[in-house]
Amino acid sequence: MKRWLPLIIFVALAGFFYVGLHLNPREVPSPFIGKPAPAFTLPVVGQAGVTFAPEQNKGKVWLFNVWAPWCVACRQEHDALMQLSQAGVPIYGLNWKDKDREAAALLAREGSPYVVTADDLDGRVGIDYGVTGTPETFVIDKQGIIRMKHIGPIDADAWQNKFLPLLKELNK
Amino acid sequence: MIPELGQLALILALLLALAQGILPILGAHRGNATLMAVARPAAQGQFVFVAIAFGCLAYAFLTNDFSVENVARNSFSQLPKIYRFTATWGSHEGSILLWTLVLAFWTMAVTVFSHHLPDDMSARVIGVMGLVSSGFLAFILLTSDPFTRLNPIPADGNDMNPLLQDPGMVFHPPMLYMGYVGFSVAFAFAIAALLSGRFDAAWARWSRPWTTVAWVFLTIGITAGSWWAYNELGWGGWWFWDPTENASFIPWLAGTALIHSLAVTEKRGAFKGWTVLLAIIAFSMSLLGTFLVRSGVLSSVHAFATDPTRGIFILGFLGVVIGGSLVLYAIRVPKMESGGSFTWFSRESLLLANNVVLVAALGSVLLGTLYPLFMDAMGMGKISVGPPYFNSVFVPLIAPAMFLAGVGPLARWKQASLPEMAKRLRIAMAVSVASALLLPLTVGGFNWMASVGIGLAMWIVFTVLIGFAERLKHEQGSKLAALMRLPRGFWGMQLGHFGLAWVVAGIALVSAYETERNVKMNVGDTVHLSGYAFTFMGVEMRDGPNYRAARGTLEVSTGGKPAFVLHPEKRIYNASGMPMTEAAINYGFTRDVYAALGEELGPNEWTVRVFFKPFVGWLWLAGAMLTLGGILAAFDRRYLIALRKTGADTSPAKGAAVQGAKA
Repeated sequence: MKRWLPLIIFVALAGFFYVGLHLNPREVPSPFIGKPAPAFTLPVVGQAGVTFAPEQNKGKVWLFNVWAPWCVACRQEHDALMQLSQAGVPIYGLNWKDKDREAAALLAREGSPYVVTADDLDGRVGIDYGVTGTPETFVIDKQGIIRMKHIGPIDADAWQNKFLPLLKELNK
Repeated sequence: MIPELGQLALILALLLALAQGILPILGAHRGNATLMAVARPAAQGQFVFVAIAFGCLAYAFLTNDFSVENVARNSFSQLPKIYRFTATWGSHEGSILLWTLVLAFWTMAVTVFSHHLPDDMSARVIGVMGLVSSGFLAFILLTSDPFTRLNPIPADGNDMNPLLQDPGMVFHPPMLYMGYVGFSVAFAFAIAALLSGRFDAAWARWSRPWTTVAWVFLTIGITAGSWWAYNELGWGGWWFWDPTENASFIPWLAGTALIHSLAVTEKRGAFKGWTVLLAIIAFSMSLLGTFLVRSGVLSSVHAFATDPTRGIFILGFLGVVIGGSLVLYAIRVPKMESGGSFTWFSRESLLLANNVVLVAALGSVLLGTLYPLFMDAMGMGKISVGPPYFNSVFVPLIAPAMFLAGVGPLARWKQASLPEMAKRLRIAMAVSVASALLLPLTVGGFNWMASVGIGLAMWIVFTVLIGFAERLKHEQGSKLAALMRLPRGFWGMQLGHFGLAWVVAGIALVSAYETERNVKMNVGDTVHLSGYAFTFMGVEMRDGPNYRAARGTLEVSTGGKPAFVLHPEKRIYNASGMPMTEAAINYGFTRDVYAALGEELGPNEWTVRVFFKPFVGWLWLAGAMLTLGGILAAFDRRYLIALRKTGADTSPAKGAAVQGAKA
């Protein structure tokens, strides 16, 4: 028996590897999926006196993109978002913990992919949405239910394989 | 045209590898000298064709042939020439091709330096390596073709990952692969021994120098990798316990255990089964490391979850190679009779203890590396295992090995006497305890970790000195001449252990006494750290070959006198837009002063990180010492004599072939 032990250990390991191959190490399950998007009302960046609340978007499928001017990965994602918004995808931003108040200037300089950007200065709304880092993007359906959460910058691959099929289905 | 030639060369290499893998093993089994004679020419031909394929890919990179997808994805026309060359193995496809090239190179070396072996042994060894190579070539051709063309042809490439654009990266991967793949020779020897059923001291003597050379390359590779992380990542760290690093460290631990266990098998004929198992484990860990890094199971920029073909192929290959070897092991191990007997306190038992400690340490690193995967696979959530786990589990586990490294070389084979050893070692013990208590006070105050580290390091250093002294005690005449006459194997062990002491001392000191500050600085601001004053002189823009850099200037003074100037950089690479930190370091024997630029906060206002790293340079100097020790040990006279003898009887190898076949 003892001499078979190394083989048995290896077979067990290989089993784990086989299962592991089908898992995505970047996929952190969100308890918010399938739940209504938490409500909030926040001022809008760059437009004094205007506020944004998710209820305003009832009846349409939209993307909620959590970003920050200090976030390098968000800059990477910026070009992709610009293209999407020009293609007519409604993207709403959440400007998360922008202590240095740079968002308005940055959007004016680099162009804004957002319909509006809500200003979450103290990060409370981010906490309500379970944000672990920036960028994160939520897909919210016509009933205001969160249908998907994407962690990290949106690249061509994620857009083609994750977002597009879901958006097509939700917009049916 | 050239890329197609490369692909053709790969197909021919695969056919030769299959011939090399199947025919000689069959020949050795049947005692057919003609089939066994296929081994060498097939292996050499395979090497030529893999080298042609690699050359074709390198040519495509050097000439900016963006019609090749791999080049378009991983290179860029403005990339400096040296990085265009290293980009050849910067991608998944290229690195697997490099792996295969290195394997073919090792096989080639075996064909040249194995004429002193019985022909059935060398046929089996070369055959096993041919089978491993067939697997890799098939993997390349079926799932990771580096020569796929693109249509339409892009105007320019996506650039090489800026992290990899560092001189350290030129040598690091080839060295690491030389080490990883070098364990395939020890593995092939072990499998050949299992196949033939002959386990003798000769087998251990043959595979020992190969194992040591592979270990040397792996040591260089790990040292270079750590140096790269220290210089390039900008955090002042030199080891992060990340899966990629662990993937090289685990085989290193297995290889270290194997070197020690081979010593017992060669000298005393004991631990045969264990040594064979370790040889299998060392190479399996190399394959596993490749699997972990290349399949994306652990963490990677793009997971293969959407396309797990490659991962499944490697896993299947692992199953065949490792699973097959372990089955063979389980079947054959009862046939091995254990060699010389020994008592509970002897060099054998101490080396066995060393092996147990090393394997336990290996297990702890493996567990920490794979734990997130286990939890995820069982649906128990996502976790990550970080440095706190490794530091608190690995360090105490490996510490006894340091103690044993002092005792083992001084103990007799078969039976040592405890009271006698205690007498020989009491001065070393007294000196190391005293240093552990007193030396930290002279560096920067008592620190528990520094104390243990210094104590163990001094223990090894003094036992190494005792080893030399005892060898010279009965020598007549010039002690220096006698010192130079000591066998290289002995020198190698002594230097290796000294290098180990050095690295332990370096790690303990830098971890205990390093200091850092992370501050916001305006032009003219000064920050003080461990006796150094850093004055921020501002940042200017500068163009590199394929990037734009913000280059900061920090004037550093100590004791009121200007000492040196540091220029940390923040680079933005043109093609990818990726920002990179380029640290500025003033190196010294007893300390490094390290600065990195953080973020730009406003005009002329930056966050700046400054580090004071005492004795950090010792880590890499000690790595060089370990390397030197390994080289000396690998080129001990007794191995060279065996080789030289074969020079004379290369031609009448046929006679040996018949002999080998009969056996």
